[in-house]
Amino acid sequence: MTSTVERSQTYDGTRIPPRVPTILDVPDELRGSEDVFRINFGPNHPSTHGVLRLIVDLHGEEVVGLAAVIGYLHTGFEKTMEAKTYWKCVTYPERIDYVGYQNNELVFSLAVEELLELEVPTKAKWMRMLLCELNRIHSHLVFLGTSALELGAISMFWYCFRERETILDLFELVTGQRMHTRYFQIGGLAEDIPPGFYPECRKFVEWMPHALDDYLALLDRNQIWLERTKGIGTLSAEDAVALGQTGPNLRASGVDWDLRRDQPYLHYDQVDFRVPVYPNGDVYDRYRVRMDEMAESTKIVRQCLDRLERMEGMPWIADDRKVVLPPREELHTSMESLIHHFKIVTEGFRVPEGEIYTAVESPRGESGCYLVSDGGPKPWRIHFRSPSFVALEATATCMHRALVADLIAIVGSLDSVMGDTDR
Amino acid sequence: MSKWDALPGYLSERDGGDMPTVTVEASRIREACEHARDELGFAMCVDVVATDYLGWGGKGVSGYIGTASGRDLMHPMTQGLQTLPELKPRRFAISYHLLALQPGAPRVRLQCWVDEDEPVPSVVSVWPTCDWHEREQYDLMGIRFEGHPNLTRILMTDDWEGHPLRKDYPLGGEPVRFTDEE
Repeated sequence: MTSTVERSQTYDGTRIPPRVPTILDVPDELRGSEDVFRINFGPNHPSTHGVLRLIVDLHGEEVVGLAAVIGYLHTGFEKTMEAKTYWKCVTYPERIDYVGYQNNELVFSLAVEELLELEVPTKAKWMRMLLCELNRIHSHLVFLGTSALELGAISMFWYCFRERETILDLFELVTGQRMHTRYFQIGGLAEDIPPGFYPECRKFVEWMPHALDDYLALLDRNQIWLERTKGIGTLSAEDAVALGQTGPNLRASGVDWDLRRDQPYLHYDQVDFRVPVYPNGDVYDRYRVRMDEMAESTKIVRQCLDRLERMEGMPWIADDRKVVLPPREELHTSMESLIHHFKIVTEGFRVPEGEIYTAVESPRGESGCYLVSDGGPKPWRIHFRSPSFVALEATATCMHRALVADLIAIVGSLDSVMGDTDR
Repeated sequence: MSKWDALPGYLSERDGGDMPTVTVEASRIREACEHARDELGFAMCVDVVATDYLGWGGKGVSGYIGTASGRDLMHPMTQGLQTLPELKPRRFAISYHLLALQPGAPRVRLQCWVDEDEPVPSVVSVWPTCDWHEREQYDLMGIRFEGHPNLTRILMTDDWEGHPLRKDYPLGGEPVRFTDEE
């Protein structure tokens, strides 16, 4: 590293605003001063990653007050899902976090499967892992491309979207859709893995480390990038935990925590990967955590491929006719299959009474699904714990003595997806 | 005896598939949360969620219930008999999902029950992250968190009427502009 940028260590004590934890108040000595200028940032601004509105008080170039206003993308997913059968609900979670869609689909499927006590075939688990890790790379690429673009590095955007395109092509090959795939079903996968997927995916896995080297070469010795990111928007470990931060934002603050390793779901306990942790909690470290995670995800994808290639012909969805749609070809020959198909599609399957909270490590952190069932075919209450919502709570704390130009870098580094925030 | 009954306001507990659920008195939820954070090591509050049980068990549910071992054909519900879900003590349940950043990822759900218009102490002083979680539950479910520094709507607009996630709030109940009637 040839950097000359001095890095400030994370602060002592806490910087969470004392009155309201998510609102940075203008300091007393500046209140009422004519030098403080209130501006409205957003809601429609290209660097807000959706529709985020920030009310910013500026004193010269320095941000002295900040309040985030969200809700512009609130679509009432939770209320809508209460009126749909589980079978029809599957498409909704994907649209909540529209960048990390596979992971959101997974957390909903896991919740329903756990209440149903439904055992998912091992091939489906490995394929779910593979797609979730591809999705993680996809999400981090979107983060990296757009964050760099906002700080002026426009070529990064094209490079990142080149690899993103390859991932979307892989999704299309498997599921028929580039985004919002509806490939995970309650009980497993919607279809078997098509021929030709493994070689294409291997090509990507072989290529991705080279692409990451390219990104590092473009950014990591770029003096402008380093000056814009190092020591900016610091968040200490203590404050990150108090503010409920999860995922890359927490790991960049020096907390070694990853649900894939610490509370393994699917087959994450059988793969070998490292959890990247960086100590300084600034914009640069959040970027480095995501860079390292892309390399680790590539490793996980390779290990999934090794397993999946030996699973040719194994079942990809649970064989439970009361929950899972019967195979299409049986509908022409079996009366019973036709009845099952009809019942599941019209009436839905019933999920035993109970409440459950499942959590997965989505690209943005802990994505959770709280589900209450009364024993009927529709969820009584469903709630998504969205990591983006929580990440935005940290903006006021990160904005300590920040300049207006840093505001863009900080909001970008928290990597909130507004669909996920507002649900 | 378990480690939970030392919680202030402890009422009952039960094991779940995901995590234990500990019910505490609504008026002492803040003390219970402080105890969980300081004595039991639950450093993080991942989520606050309220559930509206209005009309719960109003109509029985019957039909096929799946289990891991297969179909239980002798189950009364499979035979078409209607069963009622377990009745709830109050209208609203508020669940606090807590997480300890320790090996094994211990989790617990603290739950308290309130009726309509009954306030709950805010836990923002315990976990600053609950600021927005509580505002969301106030906005969508109408739970009043007493002592919250900034209890305003967060997802709906400031002039919205009603709390959309309540069971008595109809689906598609909001007025639609530019319809034929107008």
